[in-house]
Amino acid sequence: MAVDSSIIEAVPISRAIAQRHPAANILRTVLFRIGSAIFVLWGAVTITFIVLTILPGDRATILLNITSGQTIARTLEELAPINAMYGFDQPILTQYIHYVGALLQGDLGTSFELQRSVANIIGEQIAPTFTLAASALLLAWIFAVPWTLFTAGRGRRIGAFGSATETIMAGLPQYWIGILLLIIFAIGLRWFPVIGGTSFMNTVLPTVTLAIPLAGFLGQSIRSEFDRTMREPFVLSARARGMSGAGVRARHVLRHALIPGITLSGWAIGHLLSGTVLVETVFARPGLGAILVNAVSNKDFALVSGCVILNSFLYVVINLVLDTIYLVVDPRLRGAA
Amino acid sequence: MSEVAKDVRSSSSSNPLLTAIVTVPSSIVLSALVVLFFLIAAIVPSVLSTHSAFDTDLLSSLTPPAADHWLGTDEIGRDLYSRIVWGTRGSLLIGLGAMAVALAGATVLGFTAALAPRWVAEPVNRILEILLAFPTLLLALLFVALLGPSATSLLISVGLGTTPGYARLIRAQTLKVKQSGYVEAARALGHSWQTVFIQHIAPNAFRPLVGLVALGIGQSVVWASGLSFLGLGVAPPSPEWGALLEAGKANITVAWWLEIFPGLAIVLVALSFTQIGQYIQDLAEGNTR
Repeated sequence: MAVDSSIIEAVPISRAIAQRHPAANILRTVLFRIGSAIFVLWGAVTITFIVLTILPGDRATILLNITSGQTIARTLEELAPINAMYGFDQPILTQYIHYVGALLQGDLGTSFELQRSVANIIGEQIAPTFTLAASALLLAWIFAVPWTLFTAGRGRRIGAFGSATETIMAGLPQYWIGILLLIIFAIGLRWFPVIGGTSFMNTVLPTVTLAIPLAGFLGQSIRSEFDRTMREPFVLSARARGMSGAGVRARHVLRHALIPGITLSGWAIGHLLSGTVLVETVFARPGLGAILVNAVSNKDFALVSGCVILNSFLYVVINLVLDTIYLVVDPRLRGAA
Repeated sequence: MSEVAKDVRSSSSSNPLLTAIVTVPSSIVLSALVVLFFLIAAIVPSVLSTHSAFDTDLLSSLTPPAADHWLGTDEIGRDLYSRIVWGTRGSLLIGLGAMAVALAGATVLGFTAALAPRWVAEPVNRILEILLAFPTLLLALLFVALLGPSATSLLISVGLGTTPGYARLIRAQTLKVKQSGYVEAARALGHSWQTVFIQHIAPNAFRPLVGLVALGIGQSVVWASGLSFLGLGVAPPSPEWGALLEAGKANITVAWWLEIFPGLAIVLVALSFTQIGQYIQDLAEGNTR
């Protein structure tokens, strides 16, 4: 693990600099975070590779059966050219080095079923999925912030009502919310199209579906921090200076309360991308979800692992960016690596 | 809280169990009733069902909810209410089994990451960190792809998919207990690590998990039914709830009940288990404080 040792070596030197320069302190922390992000990514790739290699059933057999649409045992003569073409006959370590090397060049392999580059397939399908995930996150924030602002720290009864609503929202399965919205607003009221697509009208219901449970989770985390911050002395002092209750909530308390919400958003993006799998199926919406479900049921491991690696890559990168933003925004974190 | 409840609490401080029973909030009572209903449905479905789960009746296909068929019928006239009741056992068993798989894996990994010597604990901890970069559904999908769709692979996949999160929780809890005063005291008294682990660390690290297990069963039912809904779990002739949802997809424009009610069963189970789980967690925290 070359990554780790280089960080350890870098630490004492930069610590000496950091005592005089706070900016260097931030830089050291950021470098450390980048190091651990690379480590997590490397681990995710390696685990995916191990899963791919140890899978029950011979990969060449699966490949032949997918492309021919049959499920039969294959003879060695049939398998030999496939094994040679994909390099399955090489030692595991050689395969691993090839796999990682190709990944570093953005090559996610070739789909077993479609016989096309996985990167291209994902590239074609990612736009509607990404639109859906991003707009769901935005909408969840639009739901959660006013809701918390109006119900948190306003006595036990309102707080209990607010938090009960959040618990129910967070606990609802995405696919059932989707079905409910589809039946009420598309089939019953005919406000939205029933047949899936990627236009604006087709995106509204899937977005709301994904946003509801996420708003529940966001609300829960913002609320507990909001309640905690309301008891801080600086809130009392702001009130004593004559600031209005609403002003204190919006200007001081909310700012603190948003921090756990932002952390949760980083986590949420990884989960939203996989949550779209279910929602895209409900609404018959084109995107990565349909591709992934099909790949899983056909044992198209190249495509499945491509989606998995892409998801963990986005997850790691987004969290790295968020962590870095914190360091800039929140001075309290600068000391701790 | 009513006056009576307050009185009971103050007068029976010598009997904490009685206090706990009397002061249970109504939402928990409701959740317990829901869980009881589905437990009966899982153990003796014939008591609750009104029809057979598999007998077809083509003359009354796709009838909306009515007195004869409480929740309507499907495209070949099978009674939906009875199918949901008969599907309870499969759905709950998969949820329970997945939680058992997750708990077994998470206990081993969590304890190892917290208590093993550094050269073992550190790599385990790192692997957990890596696995957490995979969303639960994606990890479960990866295992379904490997094992092929079936009830058993569903159970294993959902269990393994939820393992890393629980393992981190157990690790955090164990570290907290390990650093507590009573463990230090027991060590100072000369007890071996084995004794300390069995008598102090394991019971105290497990106590908060009781609530988590209840919570996790509900979530596992949601995940497993979701995978069946995607066509990657239990296949349609089975009345498992996710399979019911998948079967109803084809008729969604004409028979809303086929999608709403199986989903409602999943939601009721998930919410009830979550409520009870959180309540138990709060109780456990209150007791240790």
